[in-house]
Amino acid sequence: MSGAVPRDNRMDGVLRPDVLIIGAGPAGLAAARAALRRGASVTLLDAADSLGGQYWRHLPETRRAAREEILHHGWATYRRLVCELRDAPRCEIILGAQVWALESGRRGDGETTESTDRQDPRDGTAIASPAPSVPLTVHALIGPPDGTGRKPRTIQPRTLVLATGAHDRTLPFPGWDLPGVFTAGAAQAYAKGERVAVGRRVVVAGAGPFLLPVASSLVSTGATVLGVYEASTPRQMIRGWLSKPWQLAGAAHKSGELAGYIRGQLRHRVPYRTGYAVVAAHGEDRVAAVTVARVDAQWAPIPGTARRIEADAVCVSHGFTPRLELAIAAGCALSPDRFVVVDADQRTSVPGVFAAGEITRIGGVDAALAEGELAGHAAAGGCSADAAVVTARRSATVFTGFAARIEAAHGIQPGWTAWLTEDTIVCRCEEVTYGRFCSTLAATGGPSLRSLRMTTRAGLGVCQARVCGRTVEDLLIGEPTVGVAEVDIDHTRISLPAPVPVAVSDRRPITTPVRLAELAAMPPSPSARPSVPSARPSVPSAAPSVPSAAPSVPSAAPSVPSGSTPRRSDPTPRSPTGPSGQPATST
Amino acid sequence: MSARLLSPESDPIRPDQPQPLTLTLDGDELTGVTGQTIAGIVLAAGRLSWRRTSVRAQPRGLFCGIGVCFDCIVTVNGERDVRACQRRAQPGDVITTQHDDVPEVIE
Repeated sequence: MSGAVPRDNRMDGVLRPDVLIIGAGPAGLAAARAALRRGASVTLLDAADSLGGQYWRHLPETRRAAREEILHHGWATYRRLVCELRDAPRCEIILGAQVWALESGRRGDGETTESTDRQDPRDGTAIASPAPSVPLTVHALIGPPDGTGRKPRTIQPRTLVLATGAHDRTLPFPGWDLPGVFTAGAAQAYAKGERVAVGRRVVVAGAGPFLLPVASSLVSTGATVLGVYEASTPRQMIRGWLSKPWQLAGAAHKSGELAGYIRGQLRHRVPYRTGYAVVAAHGEDRVAAVTVARVDAQWAPIPGTARRIEADAVCVSHGFTPRLELAIAAGCALSPDRFVVVDADQRTSVPGVFAAGEITRIGGVDAALAEGELAGHAAAGGCSADAAVVTARRSATVFTGFAARIEAAHGIQPGWTAWLTEDTIVCRCEEVTYGRFCSTLAATGGPSLRSLRMTTRAGLGVCQARVCGRTVEDLLIGEPTVGVAEVDIDHTRISLPAPVPVAVSDRRPITTPVRLAELAAMPPSPSARPSVPSARPSVPSAAPSVPSAAPSVPSAAPSVPSGSTPRRSDPTPRSPTGPSGQPATST
Repeated sequence: MSARLLSPESDPIRPDQPQPLTLTLDGDELTGVTGQTIAGIVLAAGRLSWRRTSVRAQPRGLFCGIGVCFDCIVTVNGERDVRACQRRAQPGDVITTQHDDVPEVIE
């Protein structure tokens, strides 16, 4: 390998960079820079068409603004990272890259990549080889989201950094399926990414420090925020944030950041209420009002405290769910609270696979930047004891406590189920109500997730349990059992205070829906191992998306001819059939 | 009306004058700004929902906004199941709403 731009050197179309980084948010960007600084060739993938992830979601290139930085924290950091990556000849950035599968060899196969010393072509210094790793094959489709005819790419890196981030977790409540109910992340994405306010009179609710920047973004986009309702009680928040205050010494600017948001809210007269929850949304075809109520320390609504607020939008998030599909596909061990287990070098239990950012803990941007830097550095053969990463190492330590504090101060409490009614939708895709959920549990006579899913279809719809998975598990299992489990990272055993659960809801071998026509059009996998989701399907020439298990999901009705390659500009409209404008679904 | 695009004149970030872009949704012309997603244009045009669910025929539109929930899927120029929150609109895009009935079980 010449060590220049990561490239295909076996003429088989496969990219073989030293380090592959999946996810271009703060953690992924920091990882890419650190790996480049060690002389590694880097490929950086993201499903979006711009860098920055959800945290630095911003206006597209086609819309420039003189003062966009006022919408962001750490915008200068972002700009510096992007400039360094864009200028680096050994860095290939592939945007619009939907990774749909990851194949990983297993430990014990005896298959690890050779590690050979190389020279940096720039100055002739020796590059430490990446640590031996299991063979990895990553499959991506490049092109417009959910498009047909996207370009398949296969990547076989020496080492892999997973920086896939997290998405909002919203607990169900009556009426949460009405249009006008959004996740807080949606409000944030549309305010920052498009300058669209999701409503005029907006209620923000849920739990966690993220609610404050969301309210702030809404105000900056012209919305009136009627109130921020934080479910955690003052007592829970004080216990979480103020215990062991010396641990926060290095994170002082974080409290300044939060105080800044609160000052901003005061200036805009946005009430911030703790110990309150949105317990229902009302309306016919869209939200017209919400009910908020005080909740106790367990988040159960307190009778007699309900109050109705007229609003045209409500933005609700109760925390975050890490995006674990790829880590699970790679075989990475998970902690009892379902994050990827990493050591001080951000190594996972799979040799050559590193993880950084919100998939290791919900710690915020500073933790993500520090972890990303350590991961990229280690993936390129360095270690966390090196002088080059001393600041990141210190920062990662400081913010370890931060993640625990967020959880202690704002973590979901079990009393929330008291605001559910018989008719409340639990699984949005398959429209499974809480009543059906409970009656099925009673009828099947045991807390089996599999049986519940098969009977009710909860979690089997098109989102593949991304939205309801954790909720369904919580409703089913209640309190997790406690024991001891051990995880092995680089021959060091780490004991964990509970059995590592089988991550039923997070396991998605096909990590994102792919059209069968796209699969069928792919060249045979270069990987010799057949333990794969990439085995070529022998499908007829119709193109529903995968997974297509659910009879009611949109994938059931093929409509795209796969023989031809439909072009984006092809203006063939589907003829609307019927007065309601529903397309024909001939099955 | 509820959701809306902040006008560039009143935006504190001082944006350049945006380029308008027009698409159709079930035949209706909607105008947004170049670089917006399909969902952003439809929302800002005052439509909160553009799909009916299969089981209860309930209205749905944008929910997660970041490509996770698949509630916002539409047909774009004949391609089904496109997440409106993820796909940037192109001039002249022909968008149609989708509804998929639960298939009948044939004995």
